[in-house]
Amino acid sequence: MADVTRMTATEIAALIATGEASAVEVTRAHLDRIAAVDDRVHAFLHVDTDGALEAARAVDAKRAAGEELGPLAGVPVAVKDVLTAKGVPTTVGSKILEGWRPPYDSTIVRRLRAAGTVMLGKTNMDEFAMGSSTEYSAYGPTGNPWDLGRIPGGSGGGSSAALAAYEAPLAIGSDTGGSIRQPGAVTGTVGAKPTYGGTSRYGLVAFSSSLDTPGPCARTVLDAALLHEAIGGHDPRDSTSIPAPVPDVVAAARAGASGDLTGVKLGLVTEFSGEGAEPGVTAAFRDAVDALTKLGAEVVEVSCPHFQYALPAYYLIAPSECSSNLARFDGVRFGLRVGDDGNRGLEEVMSLTRDAGFGPEVKRRIMLGTYALSSGYYDAYYGQAQKVRTLITRDFTAAFEQADVLISPTTPFVAFPFGSRTADPYQMYLADLFTIPTNLYGGPGISVPCGLSEGLPVGLQIMAPTMADDRMYRVGAALESVIGTLTPPEL
Amino acid sequence: MSAISREEVAHLARLSRLAVTEEELDTFAGQLDVILQAVARVGEVAAADIPPTSHSVPLTNVLRDDVVVPGLTRAEALSGAPDSEEDRFRVPRILDEDEPPSPRGEGPAEGNA
Repeated sequence: MADVTRMTATEIAALIATGEASAVEVTRAHLDRIAAVDDRVHAFLHVDTDGALEAARAVDAKRAAGEELGPLAGVPVAVKDVLTAKGVPTTVGSKILEGWRPPYDSTIVRRLRAAGTVMLGKTNMDEFAMGSSTEYSAYGPTGNPWDLGRIPGGSGGGSSAALAAYEAPLAIGSDTGGSIRQPGAVTGTVGAKPTYGGTSRYGLVAFSSSLDTPGPCARTVLDAALLHEAIGGHDPRDSTSIPAPVPDVVAAARAGASGDLTGVKLGLVTEFSGEGAEPGVTAAFRDAVDALTKLGAEVVEVSCPHFQYALPAYYLIAPSECSSNLARFDGVRFGLRVGDDGNRGLEEVMSLTRDAGFGPEVKRRIMLGTYALSSGYYDAYYGQAQKVRTLITRDFTAAFEQADVLISPTTPFVAFPFGSRTADPYQMYLADLFTIPTNLYGGPGISVPCGLSEGLPVGLQIMAPTMADDRMYRVGAALESVIGTLTPPEL
Repeated sequence: MSAISREEVAHLARLSRLAVTEEELDTFAGQLDVILQAVARVGEVAAADIPPTSHSVPLTNVLRDDVVVPGLTRAEALSGAPDSEEDRFRVPRILDEDEPPSPRGEGPAEGNA
């Protein structure tokens, strides 16, 4: 049998459905691959060998009993360590939750189990999903399979690196400002941020509740769509979950794969064209736009004048919500407690615990948010950022009257070497320049490989209106039909 | 001109319940200054008449059906706690007359000593 770790999720599911491979064989092949390469890649924080094999055996038993299998039954999946899975360590990349085994499943994990997928383990991430490189993980960074001396993006670098290293065919990420799409771009894989409220946040460790969106990562657009369909949809346990069916993303991905984009209008965001991106990224993006035009798409220029304020607005809104959300890490109900010697009071123990348990980026954001929310500064910072958020939403609404989707490079630069952006935190923030507007608006966005720059992957971002996630899958699959999947050098 | 002083950052750390070291303060003060000067650009936007957006989805209060469903057991709820006693979360001392001044310089807690 051919090496299953090189196959798409769609191909693996077909092998299992026809009985040409068992789910246990497929799972063992991926566990073997992890054992062979992950000491160098470090995509995983925890590999759940027993749980994965048990889930695989259950799929094989179902098949043997003649029960109907879902479209992803038996396919392995890697889950970002931001989502709870009952009894499986969940750290969020932080020392403050080291050793915590949650007593419940997140909705995403529950749906992954219901779909018959096999959870291989939990993937590395920037602490509390704050970062663009995994360098802020308390457990050490993940290497980019294209060049192990470079970052795999972040915060979900572990999930995307696991895909590029053929350790898993599917992965789950979460996107607050680009944490699915930017890792997808720099690892040459696909990453989709669904419409906010289209995927459940129940059991997702909160960073910025009005922005956090779990979503699918894969090596192909169709695989991402299948995973999106499996995890998406209304969840009564999340009060911001949208009570509407998941857009038909799978059909859209299949339609796009035909390579026909006749009648589709692509909006080129004037403010994101050229400026801010590396020349190699801009060149690959422009070539991809030409390719999309050849498939019949029409390109129109759209102006989104407030997008230039998206990054500043985001770095007020997200830290503000973070400072509030992370107040729950008080050393009482879960996680670390430091300095409780019987003499120190609660507040001192809490302060010592939080200083020991949080890394520098998390502390910066907590303090920044505390500042933006404090009386005297609230109107000028948090309040003003919320108004800018309204204007960015209006820019999107106006742009979608002229175009079906908007396109841009996913991130301004290719995978950068470790350590090159950690000294000046704001330089790291710039990685999300093009992805953040979508989060503030709440619409969906996907990154699809569009070529190479100096041997490293470049991603093209497709942004769609709220609850029109299907549109980005159609355009993404069409692009993929021209570009193909990118194959990194052998590890 | 700097947007934030070292003293203000120290105050923020206390409000945030972060017992930062002097060395951390030196680093954070410079970094937060750079970040604040960058994010202050939101002030350039004329938005006086613009309503704020807190969520992209309209938020309405959601009530679930009034049906009893099992929750976490006491053991499950306590399973991640750093310390527990008699089936309860055990916390460090909260009130004590001999408590040293808190980091914010407030006096000892009143009333319940």
